[in-house]
Amino acid sequence: MKLFLGFIKKEFYHILRDRRSLFILFGMPIVQILLFGFAITNEINNVNIAILDHSKDVTTKKIIDNISASKYFSINAFIQQENDIESVFKKGQTKAVISFEKDFNQHLIKNGQATVQIITDATDPNTANTISNYVNAIIQSQVKELNKGIDKGYQIIPQTRMVYNPELKSVFMFVPGIMTVILMLVSAMMTSISITREKELGTMEVILVSPLKPLQVIAGKVVPYIALSVINATVIILLSLFVFKMPIQGSLILLAFETVLFIVTALALGILISTIAATQQTAMMISLMGLMLPVIILSGFIFPISSMPLVLQIISNIIPAKWFIIILKAIMLKGVGFSFIWKETLILLGMTVFFIALSIKKYKIRLE
Amino acid sequence: MERVIEVESLTKKFGAFTAVDSISFHVKKGEIFGFLGANGAGKTTAMKMLIGISHPTSGKATVAGFDVFTEAESIKKNIGYMSQKFALYDDLTVKENITFYGGIYGLSRAKIKIKTQQLIEELGLEDIANNMVGSLPLGWKQKLAFSVALLHNPKIVFLDEPTGGVDPITRRQFWEMIYKTANQGTTIFVTTHYMDEAEYCDRVSIMVNGNIEALDTPKNLKKQFSAHSMNDVFLKLARG
Amino acid sequence: MSISVSHINKSYKDIRALQDVSFEVKKGEIFGLIGPDGAGKTTLFRILATLLIADSGQASVAGHDVVKDYKTIRNCVGYMPGKFSLYQDLTVEENLEFFATIFKTTIKENYHLIEDIYKQIEPFKTRRAGKLSGGMKQKLALCCALIHKPEVLFLDEPTTGVDPVSRKEFWDMLKRLQQKGITILVSTPYMDEASLCDRIAFIQDGKILEIDSPEAIVKHFTKTIYNLSANNMYKLIESLKTYEHAHSVYPFGEFVHYTDTRDVFDIDELQHYLKNIGLNDITIEIAKPTIEDTFMALAK
Ligand SMILES: Nc1ncnc2c1ncn2[C@@H]1O[C@H](COP(=O)(O)OP(=O)(O)OP(=O)(O)O)[C@@H](O)[C@H]1O
Ligand SMILES: [Mg+2]
Repeated sequence: MKLFLGFIKKEFYHILRDRRSLFILFGMPIVQILLFGFAITNEINNVNIAILDHSKDVTTKKIIDNISASKYFSINAFIQQENDIESVFKKGQTKAVISFEKDFNQHLIKNGQATVQIITDATDPNTANTISNYVNAIIQSQVKELNKGIDKGYQIIPQTRMVYNPELKSVFMFVPGIMTVILMLVSAMMTSISITREKELGTMEVILVSPLKPLQVIAGKVVPYIALSVINATVIILLSLFVFKMPIQGSLILLAFETVLFIVTALALGILISTIAATQQTAMMISLMGLMLPVIILSGFIFPISSMPLVLQIISNIIPAKWFIIILKAIMLKGVGFSFIWKETLILLGMTVFFIALSIKKYKIRLE
Repeated sequence: MERVIEVESLTKKFGAFTAVDSISFHVKKGEIFGFLGANGAGKTTAMKMLIGISHPTSGKATVAGFDVFTEAESIKKNIGYMSQKFALYDDLTVKENITFYGGIYGLSRAKIKIKTQQLIEELGLEDIANNMVGSLPLGWKQKLAFSVALLHNPKIVFLDEPTGGVDPITRRQFWEMIYKTANQGTTIFVTTHYMDEAEYCDRVSIMVNGNIEALDTPKNLKKQFSAHSMNDVFLKLARG
Repeated sequence: MSISVSHINKSYKDIRALQDVSFEVKKGEIFGLIGPDGAGKTTLFRILATLLIADSGQASVAGHDVVKDYKTIRNCVGYMPGKFSLYQDLTVEENLEFFATIFKTTIKENYHLIEDIYKQIEPFKTRRAGKLSGGMKQKLALCCALIHKPEVLFLDEPTTGVDPVSRKEFWDMLKRLQQKGITILVSTPYMDEASLCDRIAFIQDGKILEIDSPEAIVKHFTKTIYNLSANNMYKLIESLKTYEHAHSVYPFGEFVHYTDTRDVFDIDELQHYLKNIGLNDITIEIAKPTIEDTFMALAK
């Protein structure tokens, strides 16, 4: 045990003394999250919207007036039927259509609630998101007005709908992706580099011919990076929580468990790479080309898997990151529990066990 | 005799630590100058200042007539250098290494071709000209590295422990190359821990803790310290 | 037997690195491996240190088979590879501490083993290893290899780049380790160190040419060696090489070692020849052969 602790201590020295890598390691997630976050959430101003009013009563008029009075929106068209929505969007000027149901006011008075649809153009998903929030705010203030002095409260239910790109991409959607990429990078690339560095230095020879067991060497390389990755994951989640006010819907404990599982997967991959690569350079190239590219392209992080060619869709199944992103989205955004993601977790676990077994088997106890 | 290296009170400090402590000496043209000293005495540090890749803390020095403070670029064009650890690229072939170094010293393509042929013949490397340098025995590498350092006909060659770890025969072949080069008028500035090699030098300096404690011909040094061999001289001096 | 090697063969692709190598090293012996670059010394070290598996043949270290019992061997040997560099980003002390720990010991416990060498770099113990001079690094590497008390010690060119004074101290240290019963297998390019070994093996092109004590090996040198000197060393060497009866000409410090092809050698004739070429202050005298002469004669 003392051997092992001595080894880990040395690893921490390496990591902490390499200021530049450390800076990149911790700076990168912060910068990436902020970059994605701020590039995507932008203020809106005088956005063109169209109105589809099936009811044309006092309340809808009131709301329409309020919308056109706000500095955020200007109404550029009144359309008459459902079919016109698409053509309005196609013209490219209009960013949203607000559609009141038939007999809006009557429903409100009789049933106490009425429905309005906010249809946004999702080619620019973040603006779309903001617009629906703003419109909703205006509607709700109108509801407040209506409810003044009445104990039986009226309700207007906004239904938000996106056309063209129903799978919303916002900073919330990017967080799982970025987290995956960074964990992969830190865990796999850094471990494979740190092992191959010892090979290059010639210190591996001495370590092999010492009482240290192969498993201790591997574990010694892995433990510090588990720590680093956990810190990184925490930073990312805290950032999204506090800077972008992203709510984490699901259980934090489940999230932590799944994250550690993925970190171990990535570390196993890193060790596997180091058994093939003889130099730090090769290790880096293999990590970048063999791990990062698939993670970015095939995991559904940027390009939705469903819109990929069939071959790629099939290939994407062997990418651990794909499963982790599904799990993350499920926990963070949908807030589901373990019973919904046990299948994905099992797949990830299976892959991890496979990679660990393979890397231990491949780990060379000799030089050749 | 023309002086090709002149050094006066040259000093190098790393933080509070003085690695080279105000050394002064000169080297004459065509001389083989042995630069000895114990480990950590400051030889490599001093050499790096002379070849213009490390900035002196204070003092004066000219190499091939150029000032080490202001004309480092001109110095680099006029000298050859073989470093203690790294000389050639292990993952390039013999030919590629020669071509590469010929290229960075601005030799024309035709010239490089002729030189490559000539070098390979001289060193007897015909059979392995297309092998990776990494696969050659150390002694061959060092001989090749020396020839490469001479590609651009420099006025002075700086050799930092060129024969460290090289076997006795190859070491002697290496020194024959040094003799030949010096005989053609090139100045040799060399460090070594082999004391028999110190005897081959025209003049020898011995550094101790950043200072030059002795400087003369091997013969005079032996007389001065009433020693049998340079090894004895070194043993007497090196530990201060 | 502390080390026993029998009929070991090892090839890399088309190079036969070791060919039918056999020898034995007794417990507490300092055994030297001497040979030119690329002779196969490092391959042999690696096989004995359980890092490589030979194509054929057997070897055992401290009574354990190098293939089957590699784990046991790794617990009881010390190994310093030739191309060994330290962790550049760790300080002198941290490097030493690390190696002490993985060899299940502490600096304090075994300080006496490395004291002579370590005290020279101790003033710099908080300096990062990357900032040491070449020879200081080598000394630190030595300390790291010697910080535990193994049964068998493998040292592949441990003193390359180390200055003469420290080399002497290093060998004093080895002698002391030997007295504690440690078996030492060492390779070196320094022939003066070869003569400090109990026995040496000359190895060339993967084959062992000779194994014996240094004294015995020197006795095998049958030719008479002459020490020559003159006012111009370079010219002396060149002229001797073109002398028709020259057998071998090697510079040797301030002298040139010369051997003649003939059984009966006429000093005056050679003196005359050299004078005619224009050399002065010519001295010619008989010299005692050294290991270095023997090595060069064998390796030729
Ligand atoms: N970048 C640096 N920072 C701090 N100290 C340094 C640095 N470079 C060298 N030194 C120190 O300067 C001293 C002289 O080192 P130098 O490399 O010149 O020695 P050397 O005479 O070439 O020794 P060797 O024979 O071992 O090669 C040593 O104590 C070394 O640790
Ligand atoms: Mg040096």
